Amino acid sequence: MSYLPYAVAAWLFIIGLYGVITSRNLVHLCICVSVIQSSSYVLLLAIGYRTGRPAPVYADIPAGTPAVDPVVQALMLTDVVVEVTVMALLLALAVQVHKRLGTLDPDRLRKLRG
Amino acid sequence: MRYAPVLPVAIPLIAAALLAALSKAISQAASLIIAIAATLGAMGACVLLAGASRSESIVYWFGGWRPHAGVALGISFVIDPLGAGMAGFAGILTLAALAFSAKYFDTAENHLHALILAFLAAMCGFTLTGDMFNLFVFFELMSAAAFALCAHKTEDPGSLQGALNFAVTNTIGAYFILTGIALLYARIGALNMAQIGQTLGREHPNKLVFVAFAFVVCGYLIKGALVPFHFWLADAHAVAPTPICVLFSGVMVELGLYAVFRVYWAVFDPVFHIHIAGLRALFLSVGALTAVLAGVMCYSQRNIKRLLAYSTISHMGLMTIGAGLFDPVALSGAAIYVLGHGLVKAALFLCSGILLHRFGTVDELELHGVGKPLKWTAAVFVLGGIALAGTPFSGISAGDASLHSAAEHLGYHWVRWISLFAGTMTSAAVLRVAGRVFWGWGPARERASGAAPKSDEKRETQSGHKTIPSSMFLPAAVLLLAGLFLGMMPALPQSTLKAAAQFTNSSAYDARVLGGVSIAIPGPAMPETNVTFSLIAVGLAILIPAAQLFSRQARVLSKAIGPAMKWLHALHSGHVGDYVAFLTFGVAVFALACVFILQ
Repeated sequence: MSYLPYAVAAWLFIIGLYGVITSRNLVHLCICVSVIQSSSYVLLLAIGYRTGRPAPVYADIPAGTPAVDPVVQALMLTDVVVEVTVMALLLALAVQVHKRLGTLDPDRLRKLRG
Repeated sequence: MRYAPVLPVAIPLIAAALLAALSKAISQAASLIIAIAATLGAMGACVLLAGASRSESIVYWFGGWRPHAGVALGISFVIDPLGAGMAGFAGILTLAALAFSAKYFDTAENHLHALILAFLAAMCGFTLTGDMFNLFVFFELMSAAAFALCAHKTEDPGSLQGALNFAVTNTIGAYFILTGIALLYARIGALNMAQIGQTLGREHPNKLVFVAFAFVVCGYLIKGALVPFHFWLADAHAVAPTPICVLFSGVMVELGLYAVFRVYWAVFDPVFHIHIAGLRALFLSVGALTAVLAGVMCYSQRNIKRLLAYSTISHMGLMTIGAGLFDPVALSGAAIYVLGHGLVKAALFLCSGILLHRFGTVDELELHGVGKPLKWTAAVFVLGGIALAGTPFSGISAGDASLHSAAEHLGYHWVRWISLFAGTMTSAAVLRVAGRVFWGWGPARERASGAAPKSDEKRETQSGHKTIPSSMFLPAAVLLLAGLFLGMMPALPQSTLKAAAQFTNSSAYDARVLGGVSIAIPGPAMPETNVTFSLIAVGLAILIPAAQLFSRQARVLSKAIGPAMKWLHALHSGHVGDYVAFLTFGVAVFALACVFILQ
């Protein structure tokens, strides 16, 4: 197993954070948050992957055969479900901001400070 | 009784689904009654569980997936009195918030009740679980419900901004947690906390484990709103509906801290115990920085809800010091402190809700002198303010007693002074507000020094502004009285101490979860109380606002520190990108410190 997937996961996390910090548009910002989220998918799948091993479905392979780890895949699926909710909420907030203020620029959100 | 461990989660969650499904069909009163009944049910279950788990933790395996030959594959709830007590406390505050909101939201649709119940279910699950990933899932459920509750007033741009800042920072925190869990799983191959702890204890830890620890801890500290992760909290509190602020301030942020130390004691203690002095220094410095910085920010606010939010951050710093001493006596102090602070802060937030209901603003300067007719609200507000400084017999002073005696014992004599400073500043800020609003002290039209933002919050109620319904006043008064006299409960320190000893005994935890055996836990000695410091804090807390409101010299002084305050306020820019930049910086520094300490 190469280090490449881990490097990709680290890169996605860092570039996503950079995107959130410098974002000038709330929809872009939400997408950057989901880029950070993709980092955790890549990381989880990379951890469970075993080169050359079958999928963990013990219907047509003998019991006890080493297979890809199903636990991390289950974690990833749960993570997808949870994050869809949060992403929907974030985008709904962005839509409301656009309705009320006519802008999506976080620099123009100036109600709260100090 | 067999299924009792899941009831605190199941009852509110099922009721929430029911209310969401029936929201169009039933009246608001019926919805409120169902919500209150479900909260009472969850609370009752928590009390039962706290009592039943006193001698040994209750372990419940979902679907009967018990550990086989010491290997745990299933998901478990591990219930001890401290966790169940926190869940029960969440129930108490939810009850107060529901009662307060009965007359508060005229236009409230029933989905608000459903959201509050989902929030409660998540908080209960969060405190009871014994599984790392399960903890993360409940964290996310709690966060999602909290984001939606915070953004309840979707008409108000400020509310949207606060909810966005809250949601983005906390979601990024969740990714840090998940990344940490994934790294741990890569190393250990387990998700059950006891299992990870036992396996970690057997091998030599490497940098991967240190980074995983730092990520998980930082993720939960973001929820705990410690400097430099605290920026979202003031924004979220300034805009959330007042009853929701009660839940946020009183229990949600404390749960962030709870998770940090639950994870430490259940997972990392066996392997990191030899570095405990270094970790102590790390957590104490974070706590002290938070307590002082937020104390200063608190005193310089003019939006009452924002002021109370900074006061919560400051007290979170003190609780972090208590838990971060890694000592059962100090932890029991922190636990009592959480109760004492939560009750008083909830009462204060409810008072600010009453002001918003009556006058349509929570801006201290605009409210100058208008509160004169509200005698009873004034009494609750003033007593709450004094209680924040730790009056004798209050929950806060009882917590302080254990916390300080443990700190002295471990050689950290300066903790007392940090506590004095934070208690004084937060208390003085509330008393200054009380003086201005309820008695009209100080000049009527005063220019705000520094750059504290004006509040232009919208009223949350539509009618009946001339009177204060008892459903709004009574919860505040009851919570305040409970907070003021919590320290007089004779059994409280002893039972909390036992619970804390159970919480911090990681070998007993592992043995109980994996092998089903229980190990007797020795009870540590009781601390002594010292009231002098709390009296000094109360005295100073009265003197400082009096000096500011009545003396010319004090006004010169406040002008002199104006530029420094302006700079501090400018840091809290309300811009989500800035907050995430601080957050990233904080995680990087924390991770480096962890690697350095744990090497």
